[in-house]
Amino acid sequence: MPSYKFRVNGRPVDVDSWDPNQPLLYLLRNTLGLHGAKFGCGLGQCGACTVLVDGKAVRACTLPVRQVAGRAVTTIEGLGTPESPHPVQAAFIAEQASQCGYCTNGMVMTAKALLDATPHPTLDQVKTGLAGNLCRCGTHTRIMNAVMRVGKA
Amino acid sequence: MKTITSLSRRGLLKSGGALIVSFTLDSLIPAGSFAQDRPSAAGREEHPSGSPQAVDSFLAIHADGSVTIYTSHVDVGTGIATAFRQIAAEELGIPVERFTVIEGDTATTPNHGGTGGSSGVPRGAADIRRVAATARLALLDLGAKQLNLPASELTITAGEVRPVKGGQSVSVASLIGGKRFLLPVNDKAPLKDPATYSIVGKPILRAEVPAKCTGRMVYLQDFTVPGMLHGRVVRPPSMGAKLLSVDESSIKALPGVRLVRMESFLGVVAADEWAAIRAAREIKATWSEWQGLPGSEDLEGYLRNGAIERDQAVANRGDVGAALPTAAKQLSATYYWPFQSHASLGPSCAVADVKEAGTTVWSTSQNSFGLRSNLAKVFAIPQDKVRVVYMEGSGSYGTNGGNDAAADAVLLSRAVGQPVRVQWMRQDEHGWDPKGPVQLLDVRGGLDSSGNIVAWETQMWLPGGPSGDRALVGPESAGMTQEHGQGAGLMTMNADPPYAVANVRVTAHNLKETPLRLSNLRAPGKIANVFAVEAFTDELAAAAGMDAVVFRRRGLSDPRALAVLDRATAMMDWQARVSPNLRAAEGNLLVGRGMAYMRYKQAENYVALGMEVAVDRATGKITVRRVVCAHECGLIVNPDGLRNQVEGNIMQTLSRTLHEEVQFNRSRVTSVDWNSYPLLTFPEAPAIQVALIDRPDQPAYGAGEAAAAPVAAALSNAIFDATGVRLRTVPFTAARVKAALAKA
Repeated sequence: MPSYKFRVNGRPVDVDSWDPNQPLLYLLRNTLGLHGAKFGCGLGQCGACTVLVDGKAVRACTLPVRQVAGRAVTTIEGLGTPESPHPVQAAFIAEQASQCGYCTNGMVMTAKALLDATPHPTLDQVKTGLAGNLCRCGTHTRIMNAVMRVGKA
Repeated sequence: MKTITSLSRRGLLKSGGALIVSFTLDSLIPAGSFAQDRPSAAGREEHPSGSPQAVDSFLAIHADGSVTIYTSHVDVGTGIATAFRQIAAEELGIPVERFTVIEGDTATTPNHGGTGGSSGVPRGAADIRRVAATARLALLDLGAKQLNLPASELTITAGEVRPVKGGQSVSVASLIGGKRFLLPVNDKAPLKDPATYSIVGKPILRAEVPAKCTGRMVYLQDFTVPGMLHGRVVRPPSMGAKLLSVDESSIKALPGVRLVRMESFLGVVAADEWAAIRAAREIKATWSEWQGLPGSEDLEGYLRNGAIERDQAVANRGDVGAALPTAAKQLSATYYWPFQSHASLGPSCAVADVKEAGTTVWSTSQNSFGLRSNLAKVFAIPQDKVRVVYMEGSGSYGTNGGNDAAADAVLLSRAVGQPVRVQWMRQDEHGWDPKGPVQLLDVRGGLDSSGNIVAWETQMWLPGGPSGDRALVGPESAGMTQEHGQGAGLMTMNADPPYAVANVRVTAHNLKETPLRLSNLRAPGKIANVFAVEAFTDELAAAAGMDAVVFRRRGLSDPRALAVLDRATAMMDWQARVSPNLRAAEGNLLVGRGMAYMRYKQAENYVALGMEVAVDRATGKITVRRVVCAHECGLIVNPDGLRNQVEGNIMQTLSRTLHEEVQFNRSRVTSVDWNSYPLLTFPEAPAIQVALIDRPDQPAYGAGEAAAAPVAAALSNAIFDATGVRLRTVPFTAARVKAALAKA
């Protein structure tokens, strides 16, 4: 069975996949036990599965594992912890920017990539940056406030 | 440093999921960071589900001073668990941090109702409050014996029973920790005076949010049990199609996939989730033709011409038949609300483990006991051999596909003899979740020569069907006997105007049939009804030549109603004038403002909602610039949790009003992804200002739905103000707006 070497949250991994086109999402969740990234649509339409690959926000639900070989993957688990959250996570917690929270992974990871590229975004930049991420509970206002809070810090 | 080297699938299976998870978490997550995602009663005393008349069924105080609340109400991201903690902590005098909540487990929680209809606070929390008050009395008695003082001279603060006047105290844990109260719930136990509250009314942070924001929360979608297989169900291309044949060779190249077939139920299971997904996608099956749906193009015709099961007199006062024809001005209009999906962001999921000794189902159901009862009936298992355990999943907003996924998982687990996890794919959720009903409303109204509403008639048409348990998709395909209930919640409330009108008649025509399965979707019926009532009220105001707020105020006398309306009016900086206001456009943009008011279920929350919009007359695109909301739900339990719900209600209903419509042809639902069933996106999200009015002297109402109800009306009213065009058909898509503007 082919195996694929890449880094996850700073550590090297070597993961088998019988299908080179298996999306990264299933390997993260089922083989590596990292369930922070969520299955939402499998179509790259909602953003719930977002992870960073070489610092860029990508949709793990449609990214074939063969394209991940040699790259560095960061998942939400690699940012921070409930006790010691990353500043983006801390801002989401402070704003209580989560209802059901199923989209929160994608919001946090997309915001992380956005803030890395644009540390002090305008509200319009935040809206545009999150345009591809869906939230069904309607927590948009708080999510935007959380990202703006980091940008103002 | 550990790394994972060549984890083969065989190795994975041999070693078992649990081992792999602990190993990989250890290496991929920074050390010491694996937090408990959810408070758990594991390792504590056994807690069997008990009678809702017994204190111990709801409450356990442990030897370490921590407290567990057991409840059948579940937190679907609404913050109800936090509200319950606050209410119990307040009555008991024990710090709120010590409380955890176990929700919706038929083996351990009492059945005091499922989650729905905004009942969590007024009913669920009221139960918890009485339980805590009863326990408080018992603790004071126990403390009195221990301290040798009359109970009347004692109080409980910070988890200690102590003399009011000061002196030696004794901890609650030492009095009852690990033991049972053995008391019935006392409905007459004195309740704490809300004026003295120190925990209720505070914006206590929800305990699960840090786990949600760091990827540590274990949702049902993330939950695994040892030996678990992944299942997917192959739904037919047409909703009523029969499975004719399956070509098993079409998936033989996929590793470890097993087929499960029962009549027209076709499922696949595999140890590897991706193999199951590919198998479900690639399997070649032949299905019969089926064209039993009317299509979504002319549902108005379907509703008007459908056979009626029963006509329901929702409201009838005065004499509409006499008053309407003699009114100085008469208006009529037709309002339409489409079928809508719960559109949960994560498709429905369940894990089932069917064993001879008993069946366990982990589910996101908002009603664990109801699901248990239905599963027991459908699968002919004694109810005491079925355990349903609630786990939080993607938000459900009513009954989405979660119960169906549970039945799918039971079917598959029963067939393969191992625990099976089923997660629906995106097209399953959009295509097969039971839908929020389509609604058609004809409204007629009459004004006298002074502009007073003298007569009002609403006739509504609703799809329908039998009462009873909702049919489950998998068992239906498998040819199993089950009920076919089509209940969708309290659909007819708020269909009469909240204003003083002498002659009012509201009739609901409930059809015998429905093209799509029905279920309750957030604020069932009330959103469409308030849309019709409050938009039509604006039509009457315009016909009377009056300002929309002034017109409403004239018909209201309840000071709580006037308080929210006045507050929203002030927040909008509302200047009284007649709509529409066709002032100079900002380029292509026509701008306007609208207001809507309602009292939820005509008996609960008061909400007034104002909106400012811009309509692009070239494209028809609507931009909501600003929403203000004045909201009063009696006593406020947690202002931040409440605000989150109010904001969410508004944003979600804007999405439903602007974009959402389930589309289907003669065979199947065709809006099965986020392109064909779009949601509101961030660039469209308006600023929302919420003013909460607290009435500590009034009973607390739930807030999971109310603020949704006036959204569509306020938007329609603002668009009319901007353009002079009245939108009466949801969704207000750009194409529809453009067409309406062209006709005007």
